[in-house]
Amino acid sequence: MTLVKTKIGRRAFIRNTGLASGGLVIGFSWLASCKMTPEQVNNLPKEWFDLNGFLKVGDNGMVTIMSPNPEIGQNVKTSMPMIVAEELDIAWKDVIVEQAPLNTDIFTRQLAGGSQSIRQGWESLRMAGATAKQMLKEAAAQAWNVSADEITTKDGVLTHEASGNSAGYGEMASAATSIEVPEEVQLKENGTFSIIGTDKKNVDGPKLVTGKPLFGLDVYKEGMLTAMIVHPPAFGMKYKGMNADTVKSMPGIKDVFHFEVYPEGIEKQWSDQGGIAELVAIVGNSTWECMQAKKALEVDWEQDSTAESTAYHEEELTALLEKPTETPARKDGDVNAAFAKAAKIVESTYSAPYLAHNTMEPMNFFAHVTPEKAELLGPIQTPEFTEKTVAARLGMPVEKIDIMMTRMGGGFGRRLYGPFVIEAAVISQKMNAPVKLVYSREDDMTQGTYRPSYKVKFKAGLDDEGNLIAWHVRGAGTNDDLIFENRFPAGAVDNYLAEKHSLQTNVTTGAWRAPRSNFIAGAEQAFIDEVAEAAGKDPLDFRLELFDRAINNPVGDPESNDYDPARYAGVLKLVKEKANWGTDTGKARGVAAYYCHNSYVAQVIELEDGGDIPRVDNIWCAVDCGIVINPLAAKNQIEGGMIDGIGHSTYSAMTFKDGKPEQSNFDTYRLIRHSEAPKNIEVYFVDNGIDPTGLGEPSLPPAIAALSNALYKATGRRYYKQPFINDKPPLVG
Amino acid sequence: MATYTLNINGTKQEVDVDPSTPMLWVLRDHLNLVGTKYGCGIAQCGACTIHLNGTATRACMLTVSSVGDQEITTIEGLSEEGDHPVQKAWLEVDVPQCGYCQAGQIMTASAFLEKNPNPTDEEIEMAMNGNICRCGTYTRIKKAVKLAAKS
Repeated sequence: MTLVKTKIGRRAFIRNTGLASGGLVIGFSWLASCKMTPEQVNNLPKEWFDLNGFLKVGDNGMVTIMSPNPEIGQNVKTSMPMIVAEELDIAWKDVIVEQAPLNTDIFTRQLAGGSQSIRQGWESLRMAGATAKQMLKEAAAQAWNVSADEITTKDGVLTHEASGNSAGYGEMASAATSIEVPEEVQLKENGTFSIIGTDKKNVDGPKLVTGKPLFGLDVYKEGMLTAMIVHPPAFGMKYKGMNADTVKSMPGIKDVFHFEVYPEGIEKQWSDQGGIAELVAIVGNSTWECMQAKKALEVDWEQDSTAESTAYHEEELTALLEKPTETPARKDGDVNAAFAKAAKIVESTYSAPYLAHNTMEPMNFFAHVTPEKAELLGPIQTPEFTEKTVAARLGMPVEKIDIMMTRMGGGFGRRLYGPFVIEAAVISQKMNAPVKLVYSREDDMTQGTYRPSYKVKFKAGLDDEGNLIAWHVRGAGTNDDLIFENRFPAGAVDNYLAEKHSLQTNVTTGAWRAPRSNFIAGAEQAFIDEVAEAAGKDPLDFRLELFDRAINNPVGDPESNDYDPARYAGVLKLVKEKANWGTDTGKARGVAAYYCHNSYVAQVIELEDGGDIPRVDNIWCAVDCGIVINPLAAKNQIEGGMIDGIGHSTYSAMTFKDGKPEQSNFDTYRLIRHSEAPKNIEVYFVDNGIDPTGLGEPSLPPAIAALSNALYKATGRRYYKQPFINDKPPLVG
Repeated sequence: MATYTLNINGTKQEVDVDPSTPMLWVLRDHLNLVGTKYGCGIAQCGACTIHLNGTATRACMLTVSSVGDQEITTIEGLSEEGDHPVQKAWLEVDVPQCGYCQAGQIMTASAFLEKNPNPTDEEIEMAMNGNICRCGTYTRIKKAVKLAAKS
């Protein structure tokens, strides 16, 4: 076993700090309607004992484990409590999971983003379980007058073999609350887990399939009003004025007013990115009445900055790709000298449009602001940061702001940014009433905070033996500079130059599932295929050659490279084996590998025959994310990420005309559907016992390249411009 | 405003709303049946799918005034204990990620299987094509529909 100090997050383990706030969650009436199964109700304990902020043990041995992080569909509400339960040694069937409220005194990093929940929660979650287990052991040791070291635990039962004593956790829970929090606890060795590494179904599954209220949009409270917003119709415009009188008298409408979300001087957090400074609010009794008023309301807007169109963005990005940067992001060797002596040179440019997040549940939030306090409830990935802006905007101390998290109908990065929470709070304060703010789909899609538009140019040089001797990448994005200069193939090529530009635009952008990687991986891994072809080598083996170089004789300081070339090569070798790469199946295949968010993923995609964009028939995917907590859910994330990558790169785009978004709903913005989804997906994990890393994002980026490389084999065309459905380059040759 | 007596999940329910109000908002805002989800409002995503006389119907484009005494079933009324074969298959396959679209997917699938109990993969795809899943659980949905068909 591993002995660890309990210093990390130690405040969390001090008794009786946490569940006072846990009680708050239960107090919300809408949650009371989330019925438990009859079995759970019958088994509910009469009394709960808080052992630390993460968990409480009932007098009958049931355990409630708090899931600290926001649940956006990445399944942390199941997998994080699994880690606690593992170290606590409780049977999973005896666990009830609750969503923890925002409480930074107890929980560290209550944020969903960057695929980091599991990676960064790993240690504290284990300690929470192990600490409670140790306290239960100490309590039993005192009761039985034996040494705690001689007590063993299994499935919620304490046993002292020598004396023949045995007791359930529930029997010792009361006594355990008066045990000192241990200074050190023992964690289990990898390989001895009984819950981690096993398939556990989504804890919210039964509620999801029966339509129970779980989401922010499902919040309905006594006396609650509904609010909608009207935002400028185009980027570069701002509010000028309106005549709200006729609309105010419409049925069910309580008020229509203009308001400042972010007045001058308000201190913003990074989570306020994308927020619109001034909006119009429509407040009424019901959603439909607000929607009717919204249609009828005429607001005057005025031009505030340039009205940008997609053509403008494309031209400007193209111009930037012709411009050397003053200081390269990374430079190894001398690319120009290498290109001068290269036997072959390959050059290509790839691009992708803006994308909307389009969470299926549009932005919304409940707020009830009174002079005494502000209660906020809804879907937000960054409650801790948002809370600060709410406090600043309402002019209230942060202690008086309570933010509680609902399950989220998708995040994909969109709910990292919480201007809609501020908007809900301001509207509630003005109305002096509980209010639920609801964005229409159109509001949601045209509001901004998009995945940036990107363009990148690659140039590679090969010697006469087909070895890669030079690599030059210059990338540009809107409000984003795209390039990760220390990622592959940096470190694997002697002469390497990475340059990056950012084009400032007024179309707002933000993190979108696997930021930057969601484009650059597809471009880089497609270009590698072009280079492999020029070198006359198998594309998979060509990549392995480069990793061999990075393992055996890395260019520059190996510490400067973001990736571990051995783990990278590991997933490629695994997918090579599983897909039987190299055997002719008669179908077009493509391969790609990528590293991001601390995990490694390689994929082989095989297409059906026929069609403009042939459908994906089979995917083999190999993943190295270290220890897999819940394989059933992990595979779900990986499958979804690949379908997300394939869908968006094939079908989706946000475009603009004079600052106005040209897509506003799913009739004009195309998302992948059932009949376009891959038919079969197989997922394999590298079993290496390394501490776990995240899975919310890493499978998406390489899928785009594995697809476009397969498309090349199927059609003879390289696909340079996303969405691929619109890319009709001339036939090669 | 007008008063309507609706037949929802086998129970008569009275509402007093504007005749143009879509059933989606009648269910959610007035009857506290929030399992039927708002996704697009223009019958493009399927999140609001209900059964109208057993046929999968988008509640966001179905005005309350057009319903009359036709039978409406929502996800809450699909089964009493959440044990409809489609719901059970969804749990068995562990379909949901965020879960927001799944009630609509289940309503489409259950109405479809009533009419076509032994569908081919292609028939499943065509029947389900009006339901978007932004998380990309399509392969699991297909697996669950096939599993439900077997039972």
